[in-house]
Amino acid sequence: MGFEHFWLSGFDQIHAAFWTYLVVGLQNGAVYAMIAVGYTLVYGVLGLINFAHGEVFMCGGFAGVFLTRGILGSRVGSGWGSVGLILAGIVIGGLVSALVATGVERVAYRPLRRRNAPKLAFLISAIGASYFLQTIAGKEFGYGVNLFPGEVFEPGKVMFTLFGTSVHTIAVVSIIAAVVMLVVADRIVRATRLGRGIRAVSQDAETSSLMGVNIDRTISITFILGGVLAGAAGFLYSLQSGIVQNAGTEIGIYAFTAAVLGGIGNLRGAALGGLFIGLFGSFSVPFAFEGNVQWTEIYTFLILVLVLIVRPTGILGEKSGRTA
Amino acid sequence: MTIFSSANLKRLFTILVITAVVALMTGTPGSSSAPPTTGVHGSFLERVSWFGFFAAPRWTVFLTLGVIVWLLVSLYRPRARAIRQGLDHVMAAPRGLTAKRPARLTLMAIALVIVIFLPKFVHESFWMYLIVEQIGVWILLALGLNVVVGFAGLLDLGFAAFYAIGAYTTAWFTGALPVPALFHHHIPTLWVIPIGIVAAMIFGVLLGTPTLRLRGDYLAIVTLGFALIIDDFVEIQNGVTGGGVGTSAIPHPALNLGFYHFDWGLSPTPYYYLCLLFIIVFIVVFTSLEHSRIGRAWVAIREDEVAAESVGINPLKYKLMAFAVGAASGGFGGVMSAGLVGIINPSFFVYSVSVNVLVLVIFGGMGSIWGVAIGAIIIQTATSYLDNYQPWGYQFNDLYMYIGALLIIMMIFRPAGLLPSRRRAREFAAAEGGEEIHTDEVLTGDQP
Repeated sequence: MGFEHFWLSGFDQIHAAFWTYLVVGLQNGAVYAMIAVGYTLVYGVLGLINFAHGEVFMCGGFAGVFLTRGILGSRVGSGWGSVGLILAGIVIGGLVSALVATGVERVAYRPLRRRNAPKLAFLISAIGASYFLQTIAGKEFGYGVNLFPGEVFEPGKVMFTLFGTSVHTIAVVSIIAAVVMLVVADRIVRATRLGRGIRAVSQDAETSSLMGVNIDRTISITFILGGVLAGAAGFLYSLQSGIVQNAGTEIGIYAFTAAVLGGIGNLRGAALGGLFIGLFGSFSVPFAFEGNVQWTEIYTFLILVLVLIVRPTGILGEKSGRTA
Repeated sequence: MTIFSSANLKRLFTILVITAVVALMTGTPGSSSAPPTTGVHGSFLERVSWFGFFAAPRWTVFLTLGVIVWLLVSLYRPRARAIRQGLDHVMAAPRGLTAKRPARLTLMAIALVIVIFLPKFVHESFWMYLIVEQIGVWILLALGLNVVVGFAGLLDLGFAAFYAIGAYTTAWFTGALPVPALFHHHIPTLWVIPIGIVAAMIFGVLLGTPTLRLRGDYLAIVTLGFALIIDDFVEIQNGVTGGGVGTSAIPHPALNLGFYHFDWGLSPTPYYYLCLLFIIVFIVVFTSLEHSRIGRAWVAIREDEVAAESVGINPLKYKLMAFAVGAASGGFGGVMSAGLVGIINPSFFVYSVSVNVLVLVIFGGMGSIWGVAIGAIIIQTATSYLDNYQPWGYQFNDLYMYIGALLIIMMIFRPAGLLPSRRRAREFAAAEGGEEIHTDEVLTGDQP
């Protein structure tokens, strides 16, 4: 197969199924955006990438899956019942993830912060935390994919048809939930007293503590906020694809790419970046050699490296203005 | 001070949480095959829920232990300082032992004698293989990563990628891959060593050049992504790399000098000495590198990049050098293990390999060559023991859980490692005390 033919057939596929790729892209983008916000917020207050954030997301997914399994058993969820289930899943996923994020902050970050440890120490302890969470999830829930009771759960059904593409309820729910939660998060950061604290710590932690901002509390709240979003994203993601103990690594890298692309430390940038990475991942599927979906991972990674080389401050620029 | 003061109760809570986590870690695994509709039955939730919780005696045992520990801690609280000082004293003993040059040389001589005659005492070839595969090769890898993480202070999470590059280069040049070897000419395994090193180095430079200008955490995530992609790539390129099955046709190393012929064959002992030789070479080379102009430049960059740049050190150049040296040793490890085991497949080069090597470096002591070597021996012995004997209901994958916990614990309590490099320990202490580091020791001699 010649390269030109390969290229053209990719475009043909997109032409034939544009709306399918669009819907899938938007759905993934919604999930990435919600995780990316967590990276970006924590980066703002600590000046560090939270390497355990992918696992925070994964824990939310597990919590959601087991909640719905517990409630549904072998029954069929439908109609308003499934709306309630989805809301409950989002809440439980968010709560559990917030709890895990708080735990990570307390165990892997706070003792080091107290000692004013070098950056390398933070990265290493965060990697330790992520590794620990991954394995304990694998131990408790198994190393295979944990699925929702798929065929009996209504979100798996077709909601409506858009230009010949069937749109599943999951996609609609994911997109709406992401938009709502991102707007709320944006408002919290921009318009509340809490958010002012977060922004103040992002700009200058020491000075803001002199001005009466409780740094420990602000950092905890930032982790909780990021955790809630990641947990909800975890639930929505696992509705679509089920959850596996190492899901956090790969999705985490996607979301991180999104956060960097939008300008790390910048909440709106992260949302935009998430959307872009979701769409990019979806529309690059037809360009995968020999139909191996792993190629889209490679393309996304190239985007990350490219952004870091060409414009490390991202599309919208770094908000907190830190460079070192 | 009563035992029920609020600080003490807080401590009780912390200790109980820790014991609960330990109980969970050492417990039986949850059900992995619960069908999608069975809900919480048989799962983690059922076991920690109210009924499952007290139905299992182990929870009661562990929580009781927690309370006992709390009581002991509370009782000994007034003497905590003395205990801690005693502990510090014990931990500082190895350093005191090696402070004088004659003592150091004697210790090294004893160690050398022990490692040379070790095969005489290990009769089972199973254990010999374990020593070579699980300890020897991993010491090489850890020493290589130590240059990146310990000397230059860069976090490289993609070490497995260079390991894979070395191994697959070996397979390619010895004609073990589905694709024909270069020029259709098969090269003996030992002669692939320089090729594997150069190949890994090239990839290291290609990856490092754009990313080493960035902050440390960006570098970590880019290297992690790189490793994932190399792993993916190896797995999907069936026609080139043998895909998920890999290849098992890599010839054993052999030396043919015309007048002298030696084949390493299947017995582990010759490999042991080959490995030992390379470890000694690594230790000598890296020790001299550490004290060379380059090593001092690394220290300067690690401690204060701006200051280093202002005295004329090009940070990018030296970081790239460290990265390339690390990549090269990863590639070398790949060649070694491919020649040794004869089999390679993508599961040898997954992300966990990178973290495992990182743990060896962190545990032994970043930047301390002897610390890393000894730490690697301790950790690899422990993990081999756990994997082979599976004591106390240990499951195969549990290892990674302990590794993760160990990383956090080391960073909280002993960030400079078990046998810290003097300089590194001082850096951590200085950063924590908010002081400047006195650079008199480092910058004597010729300025880089």
